[in-house]
Amino acid sequence: MAASATSAVRAAPTISRRTLVTLLCLSVVVLFVVFRGQGTLPRDEGAASFQFFNGVRDWVSDNRLTNPFLVVFAGATRAIIAALVDTSIVIAHGIGWPGAVLLAGAAGLAAGGRRLALLGVTGFLSLGVLGLWSESMDTIGLTFAAVVSSLLIGVPLGIAAGRSDRVRQVISPVLDLMQIMPSFAYLAPMTLLFLIGAPSATIATLIYAMPAAIRITALGIRGVSATTVEAAVSLGSTSRQTLFKVQLPLARKMLALAVNQTIMLALGMAVVTALIDGPGLGKTIIKALTHNDVGSAVDAGLAIVIIAIVLDRLTEHAANRVDARPNASDSARAVNRRVARVLLVAGLAASLVSLFVVALTEFPTEIGFSFAGPVNEIVGWVRINLYFLTNPVKDAFSYGVINPLEAILTSAPWLLIVGTFAGLGVLVGGWRTGAIVSVCLVGIAGLGLWEDGMVTLTASLVGVALTLLIGVLIGIAAARSERTSAILRPLLDTAQTMPSFVYLIPALALFSPTRFTAILAAVIYAVPPVIRLVEAGIRSVPLAAIEAGVSSGASPRQLLWKVQLPMARRSLLLAANQGIVMVLAMVVVGGLVGAGALGYDVVAGFSQYEDFGKGLSAGIAIVLLGVMLDRITQGAGERSSAGSARAG
Amino acid sequence: MALPEVERVQTAQADRATGVEPTIAVRGLWKIFGPAEAKIAGSPLLELSNAEFRLQTGSTIAVRDVSFDVRPGEVFVVMGLSGSGKSTLVRCLTRLIEPSLGQVLLDGEDIRAADAERLRELRRRRFSMVFQNFGLLPHRRVIDNVAFGLEIRGDAREPRLARAREMCELVGLAAFMDSYPDQLSGGQQQRVGLARALAGDPEVMFFDEPFSALDPLIRRDMQNEVIRLHHEVGKTMVFITHDLAEALKLGDHIVIMRDGRIVQAGSPEEVVGAPADDYVADFVQDVAKANILTLRWIMRPARPDDALDGPEFPPTTIIRDAVHVAAQTEKPIRVVDGGATLGLVDRRQILGSIAERGARG
Ligand SMILES: Nc1ncnc2c1ncn2[C@@H]1O[C@H](COP(=O)(O)OP(=O)(O)OP(=O)(O)O)[C@@H](O)[C@H]1O
Ligand SMILES: [Mg+2]
Repeated sequence: MAASATSAVRAAPTISRRTLVTLLCLSVVVLFVVFRGQGTLPRDEGAASFQFFNGVRDWVSDNRLTNPFLVVFAGATRAIIAALVDTSIVIAHGIGWPGAVLLAGAAGLAAGGRRLALLGVTGFLSLGVLGLWSESMDTIGLTFAAVVSSLLIGVPLGIAAGRSDRVRQVISPVLDLMQIMPSFAYLAPMTLLFLIGAPSATIATLIYAMPAAIRITALGIRGVSATTVEAAVSLGSTSRQTLFKVQLPLARKMLALAVNQTIMLALGMAVVTALIDGPGLGKTIIKALTHNDVGSAVDAGLAIVIIAIVLDRLTEHAANRVDARPNASDSARAVNRRVARVLLVAGLAASLVSLFVVALTEFPTEIGFSFAGPVNEIVGWVRINLYFLTNPVKDAFSYGVINPLEAILTSAPWLLIVGTFAGLGVLVGGWRTGAIVSVCLVGIAGLGLWEDGMVTLTASLVGVALTLLIGVLIGIAAARSERTSAILRPLLDTAQTMPSFVYLIPALALFSPTRFTAILAAVIYAVPPVIRLVEAGIRSVPLAAIEAGVSSGASPRQLLWKVQLPMARRSLLLAANQGIVMVLAMVVVGGLVGAGALGYDVVAGFSQYEDFGKGLSAGIAIVLLGVMLDRITQGAGERSSAGSARAG
Repeated sequence: MALPEVERVQTAQADRATGVEPTIAVRGLWKIFGPAEAKIAGSPLLELSNAEFRLQTGSTIAVRDVSFDVRPGEVFVVMGLSGSGKSTLVRCLTRLIEPSLGQVLLDGEDIRAADAERLRELRRRRFSMVFQNFGLLPHRRVIDNVAFGLEIRGDAREPRLARAREMCELVGLAAFMDSYPDQLSGGQQQRVGLARALAGDPEVMFFDEPFSALDPLIRRDMQNEVIRLHHEVGKTMVFITHDLAEALKLGDHIVIMRDGRIVQAGSPEEVVGAPADDYVADFVQDVAKANILTLRWIMRPARPDDALDGPEFPPTTIIRDAVHVAAQTEKPIRVVDGGATLGLVDRRQILGSIAERGARG
C-alpha cells in the first residue's frame, strides 16, 4: 500500500508538471497585462518599520547606561573588544615599519622560503611606498583582533559540531543563514548595539568570519578516519584523549585552512566596516569612491590586495608546512631557518627601537609613489575617448535589459510577484521552499521597501544571468583544455583573495557611477568561483562515463551536452547558488557607486540620523532577498540530486 | 609450524565437551540500527523477517538473537557474507557498538553493566582489536603507534617504549620502528596494528577482517603470523572473516552468520562435512575436503567379506594424511579408536574425496 502511494506521488508531477508550468506562466502573463500598475507598493518614507527601528534606536541610546542587558551585554562586550582591538592596532603601529618588514621576511622564510620572504618584504615596503602605512596598520590591527576572537569562539564551536551530531544540527541552519548574509547586512545591527567605531567594526568582522572557522573546523574533525577514532576508543582512550591525541592532530591541516579562510574573510569585511567608522584602508576607499576619485581608490585597493596576498600565501604555506616531517638532510631549509631566526631577532630589535624612536612608526614620506595622478588621468581619458564604446554598452544594457525588467518587477501587482516566485519555489523545491519564498517577499513588502527590493532584485537577476553565462562558458573551456585551465588558475587564485570592495574600482574606472557599474562589479566578483565550480564539476565526471560515450561514437560536442553537462548538473547548480549569493552581496555594495536601492538605503542609514530605521530595514530586506534566492537555487539542487538517486 | 590439525581439533572438541568456563559468553544478543531500537524489547516485531522489519519500522536488524561461548585460548572464527552482521557483532562484544538486547559476559562479568570508567579499563587491559583498515595514526611513528594504547592508559614513557620495541620485534618490524605508517606496505601496516593490539597484553584479541585489504600472498603470510603469535602468546582470539579458507586455516571453532543470525556453529570439519543448510553448502562447495575432513566423516560400517588386516588409523586423521598409505594397499583402511574398529575406509573413497572439489555434500 505504502509503495503504491509513493509511486502515485512520483507519477503525478511527471504527467502534469509541464502543463502546470505552462498554465502558471500563461496566467502570470495575463494577470500582469490586466493588473499592471495596480496593487503596487511605491516608496514610502514614513513606513512603520522605519519608525519602529528609529524608536528602538532612540530607546537604546536613552537606556544604554541604565538597562541591565545593554550595560552587561552590549557595554561589556564592547569594552572587551575595544581593549583587544585598541591594543592590536597600537601594536601594529608600534612595531614600526623596519620591524614589520623584517618580521614579514622572517615569517616568509620560516613558512615557505626565499620567494615567500621576498613577497613579504616587498609587500610591506610597498604599503609604505604607497603612502598608506598608517591606514594599512589600522586594517591589519583590526583584522588581527577580529581573527583572534573569531577563532577563539569558532574553533571550539567547530570541534563541538564536528564531534556531536546534535550540536551540528543546531548550528547548521544558523551557519547557513550567516553564510548567505551579505556583509552589509551585519552593519546596522552592530551600530544599534555597539555604536560606531573600531569595536563594533571588529565585532561585525568577527561575526562575519566566524562561520567559516566553525565549518572548516567541524569538517576537519569529521574528516578524521572513523576507523582511527574507533581504534583509539577500542584501546580505552577517553573522549579528551581522542580529541587531543587523534582528532585534532589529524585535522590540523583543516585547522590551518580555517585560520587562512578566517583571515581572508575578516580582511574583506574589515574594509567594509569603514561604513561604520572602522579604521583603515576601507575609509580611504570609500572616500575615494564617493568622490569618484578612482586614482586614490586604486592606491588603497592595491594596498588591500597586497595585504591579502601576503597574508594568504603566508598562512597557506604555513598550513602546508604543518604536515611536513622533520627532514634532517635538507640543508637549504636549515640555512633558511637560521636566516629566519636572525631576521626575527633583528625585527624584534627594530620594534623595540621604534618604541622610543617615534619616527620609525611613520613611513618616510620622501619615498613615495602614488598611482592616483596617472590613474585619474587615464580614467579621464578613457571616459572621454572610449565613451563611444562604453556608453553604447551601458545604454544597451540599461535600456535593453535592466530597465524593462525593472519596469516589470516594479509595475506588477506585488501579490502577483509573490505568487509567481512562490510558484517557482514550489516547482523547483516543493512546498517548503514555496512557503519560505513567499514569507521572504511578504517580509520585504512589510518592511516598506518593496520598490527598492525589486530594483535590487532586478540588478541581482541581471548580474546572475551575466555571471552564469560568462562563468559557465569559461568553466567549460577550462575543463576541456589544460592550457586554458593552467592560465586561469593563478588569475582565479588572486581574484578569490581580493576583498569585494576592490572590485568596484575597475568597474567605476570604465563607467561612472550607475546601476550598470555595480552590476559589472558584481559580475567580476562572482565569476571566478563559478568558473571554478563548473570546471571542477565537468572534470569530476567519471572517466568510465566519458569512455562509454566516446566508444559509442559521440563527438566532443555531443559528449559535452549529453554526458558531461548533465552529469555535472549538481556542480552547475551549486555554481548558480554561489553566483547568486555573491552577486547579491556585491550589488548591495554597489549602492556606493550608484546602484541605489537597498544598498544605498543601508549606507544612508549610517550617515543620516533620521534614516537609521530605513537602513536597518534595508539590511533585513537584503537578508530576505538572499534567503529567497538561495532557497530557490538550493531547492533545485536538492531536487536534482533526489532525481539522480532515484534514477541510479 | 602449527600444531598438527588433528591435535587442535581434539583440544577444542574436548574443551567444549567438558564445559571449561568460557572466556566470553554471549546470550541472546540483538543489535538493531534505527529508531525502533529504543522500544523493541519483547516486541512481536522481532518475529518478523529482516526485510519485513525494515519495511515496517525503517530500522535494520544487524544481529539477531546470537548466543555462543568462546573458550580460553581458542581461535573463534565468525564467518559470513558481506552485510551479515559480523562487524556489528564483534563491536557489540566490546561495546564499540551498544547492543540492543542480550548479555555479554567476559569471565563471568556482565560487560553491558560496566560504566564508562570500567569499560575503558577493560579496553585498556583485557581486550584489544585489529581493524580491516588498520586505523593507524599517520602523524606518529610506528613505535609511537604501537605504544599508543599504553600511553593513553598512563604507562610511563620508558617502559612503554621498551614494550613497544619488543612488540615491533615480535611482529618483525624492528627495522621500521621510526618510519611513518604511510611509508609502509599494507601488510606491514597491519603488522603495526597487530603489535599495537598485542602491546597492552590483553586477554582477548578481536580481529575484524584484518587481512581482506591485503593481496593474497601477503594475506597468507599474515595468517601464518597470526597462527605463530597464537602459539607464542596464547591469546584467546575472535576472528572475523568472509573468507572460508582463512576460517578453516585459523579457526578452532567456526560460526557462520547470515542476515544477523548464526546458521551453523562447529569445528572446521563439521562445517565442511555437514553443512547445516544450502547457504553453508554453497560456502564450502569449493573446499578441498581431503584437507579438512577426518576419516570419521567417510568411514563405513564393516561388511562380513571385508579384509580386516589393512592399515590402522585413529578417526581424527585428516584424509590427506592417509593418502600415501592407502595408495600402497588394496585392503580397506581400518578406523580404530581405543582398540575398537569403528569402521572401514576404501582406497577409492580416499582418492575420490581428494578429487572432490566441485560437487556438493
Ligand atoms: N551504523 C549503522 N547504521 C545503520 N545500519 C548499519 C550500521 N552499521 C551496520 N549497519 C547495517 O547492519 C548490517 C550488518 O552490517 P555489518 O557491517 O555488521 O556487516 P558485515 O558482516 O561486517 O559486512 P562486511 O563483510 O561488508 O564488513 C548491514 O545491513 C548494515 O547495513
Ligand atoms: Mg564488516
